[in-house]
Amino acid sequence: MSLLEIKNLHVEVEDKKILNGLNLTIEKGQVAAIMGPNGSGKSTLSYVLAGKDAYNITEGDILLDGESILELAPDERAAKGVFLAFQYPVEVPGVATMTFLRTALNAQRKLRGEGEYSTPDFIKLVRETSAKLGVSQEHLRRAVNVGFSGGEKKRNEILQMAILQPRLAILDETDSGLDIDALKTVSEGVNRLRSPERSMIVITHYQRLLNYIVPDVVHVMSKGRVVKSGGKELALELEAKGYAQYTDEAA
Amino acid sequence: MPAVQETVDRVRQIDVDQYKYGFVTDVESEKAPIGLSEDTVRYISAKKNEPAWMLEWRLEAFKRWLTMREPTWARVDYPKIDYQNAYYYSAPKKKPELSSLDEVDPQILETYKKLGIPLREQEMLAGVVRKDADGNVLAERRVAVDAVFDSVSVATTFKEELKRAGVIFMPMSEAIQEHPELVRKYLGSVVPTTDNFFATLNSAVFSDGSFVYVPPGVRCPMELSTYFRINEANTGQFERTLIIADKGAYVSYLEGCTAPMRDENQLHAAVVELVTHDDAEIKYSTVQNWYPGDADGKGGIFNFVTKRGDCRGKNSKISWTQVETGSAITWKYPSCILRGDGSRGEFYSIAISNGMQQVDSGTKMIHLGKNTTSRIISKGISAGKSNNTYRGLVTAHRKATGARNFTNCDSLLIGDQCGAHTVPYIEAKNSSAVFEHEASTSKISEDMLFYCRQRGMSAEEATALVVNGFVKDVLQQLPMEFAVEAQKLISISLEGSVG
Ligand SMILES: Nc1ncnc2c1ncn2[C@@H]1O[C@H](COP(=O)(O)OP(=O)(O)OP(=O)(O)O)[C@@H](O)[C@H]1O
Ligand SMILES: [Mg+2]
Repeated sequence: MSLLEIKNLHVEVEDKKILNGLNLTIEKGQVAAIMGPNGSGKSTLSYVLAGKDAYNITEGDILLDGESILELAPDERAAKGVFLAFQYPVEVPGVATMTFLRTALNAQRKLRGEGEYSTPDFIKLVRETSAKLGVSQEHLRRAVNVGFSGGEKKRNEILQMAILQPRLAILDETDSGLDIDALKTVSEGVNRLRSPERSMIVITHYQRLLNYIVPDVVHVMSKGRVVKSGGKELALELEAKGYAQYTDEAA
Repeated sequence: MPAVQETVDRVRQIDVDQYKYGFVTDVESEKAPIGLSEDTVRYISAKKNEPAWMLEWRLEAFKRWLTMREPTWARVDYPKIDYQNAYYYSAPKKKPELSSLDEVDPQILETYKKLGIPLREQEMLAGVVRKDADGNVLAERRVAVDAVFDSVSVATTFKEELKRAGVIFMPMSEAIQEHPELVRKYLGSVVPTTDNFFATLNSAVFSDGSFVYVPPGVRCPMELSTYFRINEANTGQFERTLIIADKGAYVSYLEGCTAPMRDENQLHAAVVELVTHDDAEIKYSTVQNWYPGDADGKGGIFNFVTKRGDCRGKNSKISWTQVETGSAITWKYPSCILRGDGSRGEFYSIAISNGMQQVDSGTKMIHLGKNTTSRIISKGISAGKSNNTYRGLVTAHRKATGARNFTNCDSLLIGDQCGAHTVPYIEAKNSSAVFEHEASTSKISEDMLFYCRQRGMSAEEATALVVNGFVKDVLQQLPMEFAVEAQKLISISLEGSVG
């Protein structure tokens, strides 16, 4: 069974149609890249997968492990292993990153009926994980994303992913704002998490990221649907020719 | 954070509208006849076996009160209080002399146990060692407690040890007997009997409260704490607290309060007076959790409180920290008179309103001496259909050269049916005064909640986390173990505020 199956998904926000019959299947262990012009609905898709309110699903279904998740709250989806690395991570003033991580991890574990991490085990886990991603202890003490640079915010998203160990990770433009070295560290972090048990949707505008995180499959989105799918070479072709031929096709 | 987790667990355990402290303890009590007259004042004074000067003082206040009117300027709205339809004195019947906790009515002790008040010395006496989450033994923090049940103090702990340090910590009624010279000298010297309607009423009928005197150069060896509980129906509570830190002395004091759930409103009108002499410091913390009434605004405590500190000496310091989560109506402005040159006043406040609660609270910083400084950090959180007003006054007298104040006033709104208001008054009669004021109002944003929920937190957990982040600067000012209690309380009071 596929991990994720999106069937004929139609989504509106404030009476504006954004997704128009989108179909997409993600296999277990697969890394899928999604590319597409600005405004084509990539972030909307990621929010809808994560269960954000305000999106009106007028038709279609989203199946995780063959079961619809449309009725599940965001935290219930998270507990089932859905993780979204935000295109624009949110600041949470006054809440130390460490506290945030711990609250999140224990909340998920509790929903899954697993025990809480003990303090020493948790601290050990965070120390090791953050060291590999080049996140300093000082950042862990600071309030979540408050005063973080663009790149630091993105790194923090990947740190959260590494701690939460999701089964379906959606990375929304995680590469934007990263310098060359950070892009490498973050990509290595993501690659370490690749496993037959974990699928990823990598949303990006740039082929460069896909040199580091090599996708199994590339999907092109335009006007709220997937208009073309192919192997990793599709990304190279897009880089050379742009989206024109696909957007025209969709129109 | 584990505290957030615990909070949420606790919140889940209780139903909506379930005020955790809302039980009634069944103890026999002795009450003054209903209503308020000169006779009531005499009855109370006689019950306490008071000297003539004390009775005179009360009677004078009472006469004055008859000529006064209830203030109406605050942004609170409540039915007219019938001062004749309440009891002004209620005492649990007890053995006349109590020398240790063992002699306290076990029902009352049970009450305090249920409330989870830090009568922790019980544990310590029993040799219980407290450990943190990692299993490390916690440094022993001892807290001396004075427990006030309805109108009288029922137990004061650690008396002997405090006495050895020279610290006087006892119920006000005892201090009047044992240290009349101190009480006469200081009582009403910060909040005069004529001060305001509620303070004057308190002066006439106050029944008990705590008295603290820390002699020159003494650092009080432990936290002092008073726990107030209104138990009887229809009974007002009028406690009077007086704390004096003599030259170079230091004391940290905490008060907590709860009441049973009752359909009718109950009046609480306390007066707290603090005095610091040269180089002395008083840190006064409050965790106020009187019954707030039900979701429709039925019942709840009317909390009209006058708290004022007088930095009488040079370089002395008074700091107020409050976590206000309870009461149907809160009318409270802990203030500092910065009389001594170089003295400092601080006010750290978290005021939470939910349901139909109305809060009008803030502070006054009166700069009289040279180079006096003050700092105000206020965090108001409104949820449900509540209204939350910050009202603050900062003034510098003509002679107060070099006065400085920093005010930061933040409001957080949860939902769209509540209100937050900020009313700052600033008056500088002196051109060298520097007053800074920052204020903000924000809503808990959907984006922030969604971000937390995407990581696995429930709506309650996410709200608790965001709110705890919002109030962090103030929570840090509370004595450590109370900070944890306060954090739990904050989440409990916000229960039902998220969809
Ligand atoms: N809350 C909203 N209200 C109105 N329009 C919205 C809302 N959210 C998204 N849209 C619109 O939906 C379209 C798709 O937006 P989305 O953010 O999903 O695009 P995207 O593919 O992620 O673009 P980018 O590559 O620029 O990140 C855009 O036209 C956007 O303006
Ligand atoms: Mg986007």
